[in-house]
Amino acid sequence: MIHSSSTADLADDLALASAPQRRSFWRALLGSPSGLIGLAIVAVLIFAALTAPIIAPFDPLRMAAGPRLQPPSLAHPMGTDDFGRDVFSRIIFGARLTLQIGVIAVGISLTCGLLLGLVAGYSSGWTERVLMRLVDVLFSFTEIVIALACLAIFGVGLTNAMIAIGIASIPFYARVTHSVVLVEKGKPYFEAAVAAGAGHIRLIFMHLLPNVVPTLIVIGTLGVSTAILAAAGLSFLGLGAQPPQPEWGFMLSSSRDLISRAPWMMIFPGLAIAITVLGFNLLGDGIREALDPRQTER
Amino acid sequence: MTARTPLLSVKGLTISFGRGRHRNVAVKGLSYDLMPGETLAIVGESGSGKSVSSMALLGLLPPGSANIETGTASFDGRDLLKLSDEELRGIRGDRVTMIFQEPMTSLTPVLRIGQQLTEALIEHKGMSRAEAATRGREMLNLVGLDDPPRRMRQFPHELSGGMRQRVMIAMAMASDPAILLADEPTTALDVTVQAQILDLMRDLKTRFGTSIILITHDMGVVAEMADRVVVMRKGRKIEEGPVRQIFETPQEDYTKALLAAVPRLGAHAAAAEPRQVVDSPARPGARLLHTEGMSKTFRQRGLFAAKSGGTAAMQDVGFDLAAGETLALVGESGSGKSTTGRAVLRLLDLDAGVIEIDGIDMRKLSGANVRKARREMQMIFQDPFASLNPRLSAGRLVAEPMVIHGLAKGRELQDRTEQLFLRVGLEADHMRRFPHEFSGGQRQRLSIARALSVNPKLIVADEPTSALDVSVQAQVLELMLELKQSLGLAYLFISHDMAVVEEVAHRVAVMRRGRIVEIGPRQAVLNDPRHPYTSALLAAVPVPDPTRRRGTLPTLDAGRLPMGPLTEIAPQHMVAT
Repeated sequence: MIHSSSTADLADDLALASAPQRRSFWRALLGSPSGLIGLAIVAVLIFAALTAPIIAPFDPLRMAAGPRLQPPSLAHPMGTDDFGRDVFSRIIFGARLTLQIGVIAVGISLTCGLLLGLVAGYSSGWTERVLMRLVDVLFSFTEIVIALACLAIFGVGLTNAMIAIGIASIPFYARVTHSVVLVEKGKPYFEAAVAAGAGHIRLIFMHLLPNVVPTLIVIGTLGVSTAILAAAGLSFLGLGAQPPQPEWGFMLSSSRDLISRAPWMMIFPGLAIAITVLGFNLLGDGIREALDPRQTER
Repeated sequence: MTARTPLLSVKGLTISFGRGRHRNVAVKGLSYDLMPGETLAIVGESGSGKSVSSMALLGLLPPGSANIETGTASFDGRDLLKLSDEELRGIRGDRVTMIFQEPMTSLTPVLRIGQQLTEALIEHKGMSRAEAATRGREMLNLVGLDDPPRRMRQFPHELSGGMRQRVMIAMAMASDPAILLADEPTTALDVTVQAQILDLMRDLKTRFGTSIILITHDMGVVAEMADRVVVMRKGRKIEEGPVRQIFETPQEDYTKALLAAVPRLGAHAAAAEPRQVVDSPARPGARLLHTEGMSKTFRQRGLFAAKSGGTAAMQDVGFDLAAGETLALVGESGSGKSTTGRAVLRLLDLDAGVIEIDGIDMRKLSGANVRKARREMQMIFQDPFASLNPRLSAGRLVAEPMVIHGLAKGRELQDRTEQLFLRVGLEADHMRRFPHEFSGGQRQRLSIARALSVNPKLIVADEPTSALDVSVQAQVLELMLELKQSLGLAYLFISHDMAVVEEVAHRVAVMRRGRIVEIGPRQAVLNDPRHPYTSALLAAVPVPDPTRRRGTLPTLDAGRLPMGPLTEIAPQHMVAT
């Protein structure tokens, strides 16, 4: 019978009481466990990618860097593969590809999805209906099916896989943007801008865009991990990275036949993928908490 | 009555939020007693801690962020603040019940009224389903709802706001509680509904002998309901006393200022013009705005239900507004007053009607020309928290209309923005702040500065002060009056608050269900209302004076009110017949 809905007035009291506590974004991000761990993992990944030629003990492509199928040892901390290549070095170089995949795929889907969603949400009427129904049609296919279709058209390869994954997730970003735009459009500040005489461009890019971006940063960060997984999956199927690229998903698939003889060939790329995905997911959660402190109280 | 013992005794209550460096005290050393059968009003502005302190009694503060640091609240020989969740749950909804501000959201939308009403009775009183249902129907009858058996089967969305608040009161009173905690129980309601709900609460209080803790910011409600008053400010008790003493001989400066800031209906009844605040005010001049026959129906949009019926928000609305004049549009929710304001600015498209500004037909203008015409007319919105884009700096927000209309750039834009900040009583270094760093009153000043930036002739102000505390409201109204009189602005002032309207308006138009039912000079409409609805509205306004009892409410027969065409009964004074 007593409902815990707090009154507007209580909210006022609370807001006033906590006003000086407003923390900066970075402080909030580093203050939450998920933000801190996520940021640390992603930072290590970026560091590895940038300094790969320095920190990697061997050339990732050099065959017979050591004996073939060597279990982990001091010289080869993650062992060697069936061509005698150093797995540790390959993983470090793989970080470069992984980051590229994340940035390019999410970049494509985020940009296109954002524009589509903004235009559809802002315009309303026929433009909105046509655009969003198109998006719905694409959305009704699984992303991987669309990615496969794109690869069938472009041809296989890691770059094409990135583009294909990017295209496949445009509908998702378009939908999210569209719904956020609809919410923001209903707020009085938007009407206030219309009343002030603002034109289309100003309304979209000065008023709607800055209020949509925070949500999309969160979604985009989470999306990086999805893209990495998808690319690993495509590479595993042989549609993405081609030999001898040190791509983690491809490394996984080439270890398939040797799983009992050289489990390290499977374990380490698998771990790298899992930890990276975890890192981006935690970072996304952390950013969301930092941007909207109310959500953490639940 | 001899040696009365308090029913509830709160002593030294201190509540804080956050910890360590971030610790913030919301309530500091609050003490008060509540006597049996008494109504105690806790009054204060936002941030005074009035809600926090009452929520704490029922253990309803957000766990984790709020700490009750010290204090006791003895009730029934127990300390409410020391009870476990389990024990508190036994008291909540049984011995101490609560009604909230928002009747729209405090009922669960997916459960029938009957279920929600009987839940606590079955839980706490151990009644059987049938007994509880009988009690529930009795209570619905007591709170004045017709046909209780049918109401029991209805869902909350089938009831109006006033009816839902009646249901909330029925729920709160059903268990015959010792204490009823009412947190702004009528703030979200229309004034005529508010009057009925207050009457009902008074009636139930005498009938059940319940003690009421009434939390409110509205001095009119306090004067009407309270026996004793606690005035709070920034977490501390400022003053406490019997209601008449507080209103007649307040001791503290804050209480005096608070009372002085309350607009009183009738205070300006003798003056023909709004209060003069500048030496040579601009007088109303030539006709600026002419509207007639404005109609708008909101249709339900859907794939299959296209163009079938809808709600008429505005029907045949028309009025004139002269330069430098203030026309107030008053009415309750759903009267179409905001729709009218938006239609004038062409923020929505009319089905029919004429809107002329300076003789130019606004409805015939194309998109680009409408945007140009918006230079002449600006809007101030009700909610200063939501009507400013949170991601733009204050300086950019105020400068935006000038940028849009290409009035200034570079250094000149900077200078003009700075002048506007000073003009509305803000400081130049406020320009780099963001909206969330301002208080409600300051934000409304920002909105005003923004509207003024393009030197408009007409400003549509939609409830510009109703989200503000009374002391801030007084300042903002003062600023609006001053700007109008020195700049010769015309205001279309939309409000539900008759006392505020009396203070600012030259002319008043009363709206009901999308039509103007009475329009005329302020004195004519407010002092000598001719339409029964206008009279009812005026009679329902709570009077901030405990010695004057509001008369009984005139009963309106909603179906028989004259809504027809306006006829002139005195010069300029027109009433629906």
